[in-house]
This record gives sequence, C-alpha cells and structure tokens, in this order.
Amino acid sequence: MTRPIIQLQDVQKYFGDYHALRGINAEIAEGEFFSLLGPSGCGKTTLLRVIAGFEDVSAGRVLIDGKPMEGVPANRRPTNMVFQSYAIFPHLSVAGNVGFGLRRAGLTADEMGRRVDEALEMVGLAGFGRRAAHALSGGQRQRVALARALILKPRVLLLDEPLSALDKKLREQMQVELIKLQRQVGITFILVTHDQEEALVMSDRIAVMFDGEIAQMDDPEILYRRPKSRRVADFIGVMNFLPAEVLSETGDRIEIEVAGLGRAEISADQAPRGGGGQAPSVGFRPETLTILYEGQQANHREARAVVEEVVYYGDMTYYDVRLQGTEKPVRLSMRNVFGREVLPIGTETRIAWSPGALVLFR
Amino acid sequence: MKGGWLKIYALAYLLFLYAPIALLPVFAFNDGTIIAFPLRGFTLEWFAELGRIEALHGAVLNSLVIAVSTAVLATVLGICAARSAARYDYPGKRGVMGFIMLPLVLPEIIVAVSLLVVLLQLGLSLGAWSVILGHVLICTPFSIAILNSAFQNLDRSLEEAAVDLGETPWSTFRLITLPLVMPGIISSLLISFTISLDEFIIAFFLTGAEPTLPVYLWGQLRFPQKIPVVMALGTILVALSILLLTTAEYFRRRGVARAGGKDTGGFL
Amino acid sequence: MRLAQKIGRMRRTDAASGILLVSPTALYAILLLAAPLATIFAFSFWTQDYLTIDRSWTLANYRTAISEPIYGQLMLRSLWISGAVTASTVVLAFPIAYFVSFHVPPARKSLWIFLITIPFWTSYLIRVFLWKVILGYNGVLNSTLLGLGIIDAPLTFILYNANAVVITLAHAFAPFAILPIFVALEKIDRALLEASRDLGETRVTTFLRVTLPLAMPGVVAAVLIVFIPTIGDYVTPRLVGGPDGLMIANMIQTQFLQLNNAPMGATLAVLAMFIVTLVALIFVGLNRRFLRRQQ
Ligand SMILES: Nc1ncnc2c1ncn2[C@@H]1O[C@H](COP(=O)(O)OP(=O)(O)OP(=O)(O)O)[C@@H](O)[C@H]1O
Ligand SMILES: [Mg+2]
Repeated sequence: MTRPIIQLQDVQKYFGDYHALRGINAEIAEGEFFSLLGPSGCGKTTLLRVIAGFEDVSAGRVLIDGKPMEGVPANRRPTNMVFQSYAIFPHLSVAGNVGFGLRRAGLTADEMGRRVDEALEMVGLAGFGRRAAHALSGGQRQRVALARALILKPRVLLLDEPLSALDKKLREQMQVELIKLQRQVGITFILVTHDQEEALVMSDRIAVMFDGEIAQMDDPEILYRRPKSRRVADFIGVMNFLPAEVLSETGDRIEIEVAGLGRAEISADQAPRGGGGQAPSVGFRPETLTILYEGQQANHREARAVVEEVVYYGDMTYYDVRLQGTEKPVRLSMRNVFGREVLPIGTETRIAWSPGALVLFR
Repeated sequence: MKGGWLKIYALAYLLFLYAPIALLPVFAFNDGTIIAFPLRGFTLEWFAELGRIEALHGAVLNSLVIAVSTAVLATVLGICAARSAARYDYPGKRGVMGFIMLPLVLPEIIVAVSLLVVLLQLGLSLGAWSVILGHVLICTPFSIAILNSAFQNLDRSLEEAAVDLGETPWSTFRLITLPLVMPGIISSLLISFTISLDEFIIAFFLTGAEPTLPVYLWGQLRFPQKIPVVMALGTILVALSILLLTTAEYFRRRGVARAGGKDTGGFL
Repeated sequence: MRLAQKIGRMRRTDAASGILLVSPTALYAILLLAAPLATIFAFSFWTQDYLTIDRSWTLANYRTAISEPIYGQLMLRSLWISGAVTASTVVLAFPIAYFVSFHVPPARKSLWIFLITIPFWTSYLIRVFLWKVILGYNGVLNSTLLGLGIIDAPLTFILYNANAVVITLAHAFAPFAILPIFVALEKIDRALLEASRDLGETRVTTFLRVTLPLAMPGVVAAVLIVFIPTIGDYVTPRLVGGPDGLMIANMIQTQFLQLNNAPMGATLAVLAMFIVTLVALIFVGLNRRFLRRQQ
C-alpha cells in the first residue's frame, strides 16, 4: 500500500446523546477507490461529512496527507464533494457551476474558460457551458457536480450516493464511467453507497459499516468470499447458513461436521475471528453449489437434496433445495445454458459442493 | 357543472371584495362635490387639485421616508429571524419566534398605546422616528413569514457545496444564499413598504407635528368638500399598491420557481 | 485567552449561531413590544392625578372599569360585534376557500389567492370610508335600489350603527379568514375523500365526516386571526359606527388622547386583551373537545 492520504484514528461522533460514529479506524491510500457501504442510518454520510469538514469529530483524529484536520474548516481542506442531491447552484449556468471554485485561483477569464471546458469535456458535457443549470437532466446534473468538484484537483473526492437518484440503466453506465474517470485523474475517491453491487463493482476496497462501526474492511473479492461475520455475509449478496459443529482443530486445519453436507476439512482462514458467541454455523454462496444432472460427476463432494422452489430469472435460475436431514432449504443458482432444462419442484437431485467454498462462523 | 354554484358564489364574493375600491376611480373622475349617484360628468380637476395642496406633499414625503426606512429595517430583522429559524435549532426557538410574530394578531391599538406610553414616559418627543419604530414592529412578522419560505426552500447542501469549493461562510452567503433568497427579500421590502404606507392607527398615535399620509387623510375625511380630492388620492394609492403587490408577487413566484419548490400561493 | 477559545467553540455550535442570529430581532421585540406591554400593565395599576401620574399601586381603575356601566357596555358590544364579524367572515369565507382549493385548477390557484388578497392591501382608511359611501343615506346601495324600484325609501339601518361596523369589518378581514382555511384544505390528501366515497359515504357525508374535521385547524386559525384584531379596531367604528357602533378601542383612544387619563386607558387595554385571550382559549378548548368527541 502506498502512503495513506487519509487516516482516521478512533473517530467518534455524537449528535446530542446519539452515538453516530463509534470509533472508526481506517487508512485510505493515495489513488484508491474506497467505498463506505452499509444500511441506512449506519453513519456513512456522517463519516464522509467528518472527512469533508462539515461535522466536527467528538473525539479522535482525521488526518489528510499526514496533517491533522482539527480546526481546519471545509473550505480549506484538500477534499471536494459530490452531494447526494448534487447541489447544483440553480442561479448559475453550467459553466458558472463548474467554474465556481476557481474564483479564488486568480485566473484570467480565458484560462478559466479553458479549464471549465476541459472539465466539461472530461465528464462528457462538452458544449453545455451556457446551459441554465436547472434545465438539466438527472444524469447531466450528476456530471456537472463531478466536473465542479474535480476542476479543483482535490486530493480526495468524496461522493455521497452519487448514483442513487438515477435509474438502473443510467446508474450502471455511470458506474463504469466513474471507474474510468478515477483511473484517468488518479484522485482518491471515497464513495458512500448502500448498494452492495455498486460497491463490489467499483471499489478497490470496501468498508462495511453497521451502527457507526466498521464491521469489515477488505477488497471486494475477500469481502465476498470471506466475510468476517454473518451480518456482513448477509448484507453482501446472498449467503446460505447451515448449523455446524467443530470436531477438531489442528494447526491451520479445522475439521467440521455440517448438517446436510457431512464432514469436511477447512483451512483456518475460512474461519474468521470476531463473529462472537453464536452457535457455530457454516455459510456458502448460492453459486458454489451445483446441481448434478444425470451422468455428471462431482469434482469435489456430493450431497442429496429435493427441489422446493424454483425462481426463473432468464439468464439464471435460482433453486431452493432442501438437503437431506436439514430443516431449512438453501438457495443455489444455475446458469441457464442451452439444452439444460429447468428442474420442476419436487425433483430429487444430487448436489455438488466444495469444502473450499465454506466459511465457518462461530 | 361541478362546483357551478360555488363558482357563482365565488364571483359574487369577489365583487363584494372589490366593490369599494372599484368605486374610487368612479368618484375621482366625477365632476361633483357630493359622493353619490347619479354621476355628473368627467373631470380631472380633483387630480389637479392634489398638486396644489402643500400639506399633502409634506405628508406624502413624510410617509415615504417612514415607509422606506420601515421596509429596510423590518426586512433586515426579518432576514435574521427567518434565517435563524430555518437553519438552526436552539432551546426556546418556538417561544422566541412566537413572540416575534405576536404583532400579527395583536390589535394595533394595543401596540400603539403601549409604545406611546413608553416614549412619553422616557420624555422623548414624537416624530417620524417613533412611527418607524412601531411600523418595524408590525412589519417584521410579515417579512419573516415571506422570508421563511424562501430560506426553508433553500437546500442546505447548496451552501455546503460552496464551502466545499473553497468559499468562506460569508462569501457563501453573498454568492449563494443571498441571490437565491433575493426574490423573497424584494417581496418583503415591497410588502413592508406597502403596509407602512397604509398604516393608520400606530401612525395616528405616534406621529409628531408632521402627519403621515393616512393621518392627513383622516383629517380630511371630516370635510365633505374635500372628499373628491381624497377619492383622487385614493385612486392613485390603490393603483400604486396594486403595482407594488403585483411586483412583489412576481418576485415571490420567481423565487419559488428558482429554488425549484412548489408554489403554495399567497403572501401569508 | 481561555474565554476567547470558549466563545470560539460556542460560536461554532448550531444553537449558539441560531441564538446569535435571532437576537437582533428578538431584542427589538423585547424592547419595543415586551417592555411597552409590561409598562401598560404597570400603568393599569396607577392613577392619573391631573397632570402627574400617581404611582402607588391600586386596583381603583379596575374598580371603575367594572362599576361604571359605560365600560362594561362598550366591552360587551365590542365582543358582540367581533363575534358577529368573526362568524360571518368565517362562514362566508369557507366556501371560497373550498372553491379555490377543490374546484380551481392548480395552475390558477395562486392567481385566485392573489386576487383575494389584493383588496386587503389597499388603503384601509379609504376602504372603510368607501363603505360609508356605499351604505350611506344617499349612498350607492340606496340609490341603486331606489333606481331599480326595489325600495321606496332609503334604507337607514345600514349606516351609523353596529350593522355597518359588522359589514365593513367582515370585508376588511376576508383574506385573513380565507387563507388559513385554504391552507388547511390544501393539506387534505385527496385520496382520503375518495376512500370515504369508496367506503359508502355520500358527497355530503364525506364533507361532514372527513373534509370538515380535517379543515378544522384552519377554521380555528381563521376565527382567532379575525376575532383578536377586530376587538381592537378603531377606524371602522369611528367612521361608520355612529354613536351606537363605537367599540372599546375608541374608548381607549379617548382616554389616552382626549381625557389624558393614560392609566384608565391602560386598564381598559389590559382588560380587553385579557378578555380576548380568555375567549380565544375557551374557543380553542371547546373545539378540541368537539374534535375529540368526533373521533
Ligand atoms: N445533524 C444530525 N443531528 C442528529 N442526528 C443526526 C444528524 N445527522 C445524522 N444523524 C443521525 O446519525 C445517524 C447516521 O446518519 P447518516 O446520515 O450518517 O446515515 P447514512 O448511513 O448516511 O444513512 P443513509 O443511507 O440513509 O443516507 C442517523 O441515525 C441519523 O439520524
Ligand atoms: Mg447518507
């Protein structure tokens, strides 16, 4: 990891009696695309506003580029923000909005015009400068907000749910554009979102927050494959849970007995610490189970199950199947390739699974 | 038709509302000293007469000075209060705001006599300034009512965005807040000006040797032969009020539109 | 230094900024409203001794106010007139508010509201005087009715009495009554009315069981906003009231400016405010109970 541009050291925030941030520790590297992901009300926006300087910390420290930010107001921090509502100044033109922050830079009118044009071009709005800001569509407003924040070449760009106001198609298109843009400018992006898919697609690293705390901070793949707690696992994608029992632990091998699947040996990194006190259970993602059609052989292990529910999604089919000897069905997903039929409810079938896909929570 | 009877009623009601002021020009241009039908003929004499009354000119000037000062002071006080109410939370806010808005429902005579007593007790002599004090008191609640919606429609993240882009709180106020609430401010200035120009009771109690326009008018109403001139003056005043109000309404609506809000109509 | 830091931190908290910002206006209201009202209150317990004021505390003024019939009579009449004005204004205003809210297309609503408010902003004095012109013996109304042959002799019961005061004030306060009711009606979710119809209520019973109760806060506001200031009206009774139409405000003015008895005037002002507040509170209380019973 390169030098951290942002360091959060035990950041606490109280609103009156309400404890909104409960000791946040994180380091965000220069040039990283970092996401804050969590359910509504968990404190994502608050943390972003603390970094931007709109909220004072109640305790702890925020350092940007190694400098403590206490007492530094928002207008003197090397961060810029894209607001959830975009906050486009309605009384200014597009160019007026984008060039707003350059007022203090002491540029000539020509130079300023050039910078504004550059910024507009970067976000794909070349030639829109003279438009009135209130006559823009949602996607255009979002681009103006981006251009306006990026024109100042901040060290860190803060984005508060920038895509949540857009419809699905446009959102997906903007996700790709944002990633490209971030690579192009090389600025650290901190993105707030409650959409786990968006976070997975876009980020280098994700911090999952619950109730004012960071529950896990990792890159998307680890977060998905090795969630540290059932809560994180539940929040990101779909995860099946089955009751389990630990039989023995030797070195970094753990032997477990899983309801419906039987005995398995897993490595210690499949058993994260910090789940806290519940009965042990095993989690696995729907795509790690496969239905074995007649004549197919399992690469790893096999189990028997009955199909209880079928949900057809076009490219995919989701099956709820009950493994022998368990109470609740588990979900698995199959890609609908040509020539493979969708199984009807009640079918008895064989399932292939692999111990390497299991995560043990205890 | 749905609401047919109601519509007829509503139109009749509008007639009732407008009947008195509709009569103003009728008698202002009528060539007769008695205010009654039938009409006599057309004349501009009464308007010409207005130009020859010295006392009237003094009263008009006095009223204008008072109205302009009142409009500015009430709007400044209104901005402070409305901004603080829309943006901040503090203990006792409702109580404080309620008290500031009290003159809206307090009978004007109470405001007038209580101010009069205090000023006399302090041994101060009355004049335009004392009328201004009273008028600012009753205009401020109207100003706040208008500005409240202007400040409340203002998205807070607009101001934060400006700070984020490097502006200080004060330059943010100048570059973002002020332009966006400017229609409200103009509308508040116009309304306060109109109220002050029109106000009689407080002016009657608190005015010094120089009467305001309504106080002067009040004196004239006792003399029947002066009535046609009063009618002419009234016509001008009404025309002026309507002009000011239409302008105020125009700015209010533009403010609503600019802030992207929904128009709920009305000044109050 | 420490203090400066403390103040610096205070300034940054929301509450402190809010209080700082509101303080000029609040201070103004305290100095020019609270203090004068308190002074009036104090005055009501003092007495006028020819040209000086006797500052010994006494209830003498209140005793006079209660024992001399003229004051009680004026007070009762003021209440009665204000009550009549309030009732007629609100009853006449409700259909207008209802019409604008329910039958005028949304784009035209603010035009209607604007039209309704305009007369209110034009010279009060002249408007009141014009009612004298309309209602007078040779007035517009009489001459029109005579001309049309509807009446043989001019009507006399419409000027220089309480009726004239009621008509004039009802006119003056019309927008004050319409606006709060309109706002309350606008807030009613139209789906509620459809739900009521869907549940089998007729148009009329829907109005009685849904619209009216929901509009009640607006009606109450209208009643208060008309009732309270009319009690203190001074111009209308003087211009169109005649001797039988004078109200308490005229007496207060007389005490202050003509009889030079400020303490007595103050007493009457305090009594008037007290009674108005009492009536208003009783009204609000009754209305609350009524609404609760409805539920
Ligand atoms: N200014 C404030 N005063 C009091 N409480 C606040 C304030 N701002 C936020 N909160 C509270 O702090 C908690 C966290 O709020 P925050 O806005 O950070 O949530 P979030 O994670 O961004 O949620 P969302 O996804 O809904 O935007 C919430 O419970 C919120 O009610
Ligand atoms: Mg948020």
